[in-house]
Amino acid sequence: MTHTIILPVLLPLLTALVLMFGSQRSLAWKRGVSLAATAALLPLGLLLLQQVYSGAYGVYVLGDWVAPFGIVLVLDRLSALMLVLTALLSLPALLYASHGDDNTGPNFHALFQFQLMGLNGAFLTGDLFNLFVFFEVLLIASYALLLHGAGPARSRAGLHYVILNLVGSGLFLLAVGTLYGITGTLNMADLAVRVAAAGPADAPLLRAAGLLLLVVFALKAALLPLYFWLPRAYSAASAPVAALFAIMTKVGVYSIVRVYSLIFGAQAGLLADAALAWLWPLALATLVLGALGALAARELRTLIAYLVVVSVGTLLAGFALNNSAALAASLYYLLHSTLMAGGLFLLAGLIRTQRGAEGDQLHPAAPVSQPALLGSLFFLAAVAVVGMPPLSGFIGKLLLLSSVTPGTQWIWLWAIVLGSGLLALITLSRAGSQLFWNTLDITPVAPRADRLRLAGVVLLLASAPLLSLFAEPVHRYTQATAAQLYAPAGYIHAVLGERDIPRLTIGLEELP
Amino acid sequence: MELLVAIMIGLLTACGIYLLLRARTFPVIMGLTLLSYAVNLFLFVMGRLGQTQPAVIGVGDGQYTDPLPQALVLTAIVIGFAMTAFVVSLALRARGELHSDHVDGNADPRGPGA
Repeated sequence: MTHTIILPVLLPLLTALVLMFGSQRSLAWKRGVSLAATAALLPLGLLLLQQVYSGAYGVYVLGDWVAPFGIVLVLDRLSALMLVLTALLSLPALLYASHGDDNTGPNFHALFQFQLMGLNGAFLTGDLFNLFVFFEVLLIASYALLLHGAGPARSRAGLHYVILNLVGSGLFLLAVGTLYGITGTLNMADLAVRVAAAGPADAPLLRAAGLLLLVVFALKAALLPLYFWLPRAYSAASAPVAALFAIMTKVGVYSIVRVYSLIFGAQAGLLADAALAWLWPLALATLVLGALGALAARELRTLIAYLVVVSVGTLLAGFALNNSAALAASLYYLLHSTLMAGGLFLLAGLIRTQRGAEGDQLHPAAPVSQPALLGSLFFLAAVAVVGMPPLSGFIGKLLLLSSVTPGTQWIWLWAIVLGSGLLALITLSRAGSQLFWNTLDITPVAPRADRLRLAGVVLLLASAPLLSLFAEPVHRYTQATAAQLYAPAGYIHAVLGERDIPRLTIGLEELP
Repeated sequence: MELLVAIMIGLLTACGIYLLLRARTFPVIMGLTLLSYAVNLFLFVMGRLGQTQPAVIGVGDGQYTDPLPQALVLTAIVIGFAMTAFVVSLALRARGELHSDHVDGNADPRGPGA
């Protein structure tokens, strides 16, 4: 039973290796293997979720080297939720890709599996350096996936994306090095103990390292000063890759939530809530600028990419409120926004192929071949994203807005979340009318969307009504998750146990 | 020795950042390389500087240095090397496709940053 925890990492890894060895085999074989392995992640994720549903922790000690000396994988409610979300998003994206986007290079499916391995590993690891390694795994796979299928726009966006992320990796290592130099550990649970016990002499350096980590995660999550790479990269990627990338920003959000609730959380002594003072204004500013960017976008894909930025701002604003109800609302919103962004990217791919040379540019062009079908799907997605009842976006925003207590924060959050919702409403209505109504008088010639691709889009967009139908159990789970995150003692105890841990004595004061 | 190493790391970082802010891909890649050298040295030094202490327990006279940063540095070097190779090939491809080595891909040689 305990070995199931490592399966979400091992399964994509082994699948990717099999796919690489079989890179000369037929595309149908690769699709079959890749789809089967990705589909298997969903029951696996649900099984793990069921194991931690009651609030238990799963700790997998690799090689049986006890924590904090060995590497551990830790499964808690948040990790299990993210694993299920990854599986839910990746299967429709892969279904969509299995009809044309995967034949421009021999290793699309292997890269896709490596990306899944990096994502699952990042959600499971309980070790800061391993988080770096899994970040690199998912990043190098994402570089290759972003550039897959070539084209000048992709090379240009790819260059920015790669260089920025390499600088980010350098900063990550500097932060990790500083933390290790002071505390002598990289195990997150052990770090939490050591940081909480840090004296005033070490506190400034630890704070610097903690905020350096915030810069790195903010780059991944696309927070305000560091989101400029996102619209270009996401709008240049092919539709299924962009859909999968919808969860890449959420990896940054996950890391922020994990590190700043566990290591630098409320119980961290001198370093308590080190990042929240920065996170709150930056998240709100991200919301505003993301909404304005969406308003100014001239292509549907750029517009959706800015909506991803808006969702990141909303999520981190919820976390910065620093109360359990707001975090629970944010986690619910995270499920909604990831699946909707993925669905919208896939839908934009369908619209693009049916509009001929004009692609997804928001100006009059030939109509799509299936205006009723694509139009209704777009309408459904728009209602959900804007946050109008009865779909999941409304419930998510309602939960978030009702979680804030009256005061200055209340005014800012209500004004900005509702204002950005209004901007999103304007943006999406304008885009929808441009795409489906303001068309030239030409008979559409493009073939109808094929079933597999359509299935991918429908599966993702169906999450909006489903999430609002099952809002109560989902919200109950995210509430339990938030409560668990704000009580990190359980996590620390699960990883370290009651043992008295011997220490390597490398404190600063022991230098010759 | 601490001072010398600290100054070297600072110098490497400063040069790396200066080169990163250039507008052509080649200096940017050089900057990334220098930055990763600085980062690797920094990680290495986090195990403290000891000149005569082995990284293995039970070999010296009871004194030993922390071997973990050396393992971390090896991982970081491998990853950094792979990433540099990737970004070099990407820069070459961008040069071929965009007919420019400007980081924004401007075809005009007198464009911004030239």
